Amino acid sequence: MNHEVNEQQGRRVVSFEGDVDLESSPSARGVLLEEVSGGNDVLVDLSRVTYIDSSGVASLVEAFQKARSQKTGFALASVSQPVHRVLQLARLDKVFTIHESIEDALAHDA
Amino acid sequence: MHANETVLELRFPARAERLKKVRAAVHEAATRSGCTPACAHDIMMAVDEACQNIIRHAYGGDSDSEIVLRIERHDDQLVLLLRDFAEKVDERRVEPRPLDELRPGGLGVHIIREVMDECGFVPAPSGVGNLYRMAIRIR
Repeated sequence: MNHEVNEQQGRRVVSFEGDVDLESSPSARGVLLEEVSGGNDVLVDLSRVTYIDSSGVASLVEAFQKARSQKTGFALASVSQPVHRVLQLARLDKVFTIHESIEDALAHDA
Repeated sequence: MHANETVLELRFPARAERLKKVRAAVHEAATRSGCTPACAHDIMMAVDEACQNIIRHAYGGDSDSEIVLRIERHDDQLVLLLRDFAEKVDERRVEPRPLDELRPGGLGVHIIREVMDECGFVPAPSGVGNLYRMAIRIR
């Protein structure tokens, strides 16, 4: 798994690429919590995630809860099919704010 | 003609870094057995989650101890057997959590139950370790 973080219109955009699994999810969790803990509004680009397991989903849930507790934004964007399947099975597809794309997410809050 | 044909057998150390290759092998075996891409993906996910449970709950983390995976085709059904050699697992520790509780963790068993037609522990050969059995109709 690779990741990159950049800033777009005042929001931190965290992009993951590859498999977010038991091996890589601790790293994903660290990146997400660091960005959220910095008080940033965070958008997570999942378009290039080829696989995510329950440990990866747990990282998203933990970051989401942290953001909610401190009243900062946290949303997902460009959710790939494998990610959508897991979110659906975990019934989290209605819990997270999910945007079609990063552009859509940025326009939504403009 | 496909009765009880073994379509995959793998032995590997219970380490997170091994799961990517296991997933690829399971996906390939499921596809070769006639599963649609969606079904093959679901089976791969269930095996991955079950392996994680072994690594985390049976062996207590990454270990050089073995996991043995066997996939058998029984007519129009795939039967997946995961064996470990750890102490007997307390099944209450791998119960899924209620989904209306929003918290990290506890999703793996729920995912397995959602995608598989049957799943659960069965007696391990010679009473050593644990044997987890999952079954799904090929679709």
